[in-house]
Amino acid sequence: MSMWEYANPKRFMGWTAPVLPWAFGAAGICLSVGLIWGFFFTPDDFRQGSTVKIIYLHVPSALMAINAWIMMLVASLIWLVRRHHVSALAAKAAAPVGVAMTLIALATGAIWGQPMWGTYWAWDPRLTSFLILFLFYLGYMALWAAIDDPDTAADLTSVLCMVGSVFALLSRYAVNFWNQGLHQGASLSLDKEKNVADVFYQPLLFAIAGFVLLFFALVLLRTRTEIRSRRLRALLRKEG
Amino acid sequence: MIALLRRDLMLATRAGGGFGLGLVFFLIVIVLIPFGVGPETAVLSRIAPGVLWVAALLAALLSLDRIFALDHEDGTLTLLATAPVPLETVAVAKSAAHWITTGVPLTIAAPVLGILLQLDPDAAVFVALTLLIGTPALSVIGTFGAALTVGVRRGGLLLSLLVLPLYVPTLIFGAEAVRRGADGVAATTPLLMLAGITAGAVALLPFATAAVLRINLR
Repeated sequence: MSMWEYANPKRFMGWTAPVLPWAFGAAGICLSVGLIWGFFFTPDDFRQGSTVKIIYLHVPSALMAINAWIMMLVASLIWLVRRHHVSALAAKAAAPVGVAMTLIALATGAIWGQPMWGTYWAWDPRLTSFLILFLFYLGYMALWAAIDDPDTAADLTSVLCMVGSVFALLSRYAVNFWNQGLHQGASLSLDKEKNVADVFYQPLLFAIAGFVLLFFALVLLRTRTEIRSRRLRALLRKEG
Repeated sequence: MIALLRRDLMLATRAGGGFGLGLVFFLIVIVLIPFGVGPETAVLSRIAPGVLWVAALLAALLSLDRIFALDHEDGTLTLLATAPVPLETVAVAKSAAHWITTGVPLTIAAPVLGILLQLDPDAAVFVALTLLIGTPALSVIGTFGAALTVGVRRGGLLLSLLVLPLYVPTLIFGAEAVRRGADGVAATTPLLMLAGITAGAVALLPFATAAVLRINLR
């Protein structure tokens, strides 16, 4: 019994059906705890005032925007190596969720940036690389949409995802080199002494967990939808 | 491989090959810029390097869909795939042909057209140098994009959506090197990075291109 058996579409549908409501429930609980605690029961920052609270949406969504791409990369690799259809469909399912996360991160950042930096947008390395990540997502999704044959589409998008990852990484360091940053450095690292203060840190952890679970649940749901639509296509072809 | 290169070059330069089109497009973009931003000499000469780079990039993009589309339509690509040369070599030859027909003319034309944008002579040298180093990367990356979209009808728009984000690092380092060179600051680092991207892309991307072509010809 290997873990790959769970990738069989029928078994996948079997184990995800009971997991799905739990995943959504857990995501809902974590998100409500994190956001309500963060929004209403933490003090205002002494310099940023209440705008600091946008961190509970901005940081988790930015985190998931990048992790969604990494998940797509892993799923693409699995598809190319082991030819599990569920894997390719999961990568396809993750892309729109990743785009949404990227947009949330960009939008909340802009809303926070207006009072704090005095501008909605600056060509800061982090902001710029996020915008580029957004473009990569769009290209990936456009390629999926453009090709009719599902296996060809899965292959091509997987290769694009791999090549795109390399270039996204290159762009990340290129923009670092290109312009000085306004964005603050990392303050949630596990290996650093000085991080963001505990009052903000604890609800933020809940919010992050909530976003991770939400991503997981949404991808499962979308993958199930993809599998169903694939079955429907097969049925229709048999009929017609 | 040489034969393939010569065939592609001949096809590009003979009638209907669109050899000059990219250059004319480049010229038109350069002419349009002053209409857009106003004719002040100081402004123009400040933005000239970047504008030349972006225009060159767009001109290179314009001719990408020719790389494989016609060969795919008349079946040449299938023949090439069954030919004794590996598909990777075909990819390299195609990129080389694209570079010779667009990259090289653009490199030569850019400093000349820079005069229209009040580009100062010091910067002109850097524009030519960076384009010479950077355009092979543009061609190789573009060939990969063209291979991805070869099976898609009217894939032109999709092609640009896929390829332009991949052009970002090349553009950043290319334009940065020119900017530093024009300001008289040491430009070695971005130049080396640009050369690194080109070398890496030329070495690795033909494999991805060939893989994608195999998938598309399946």
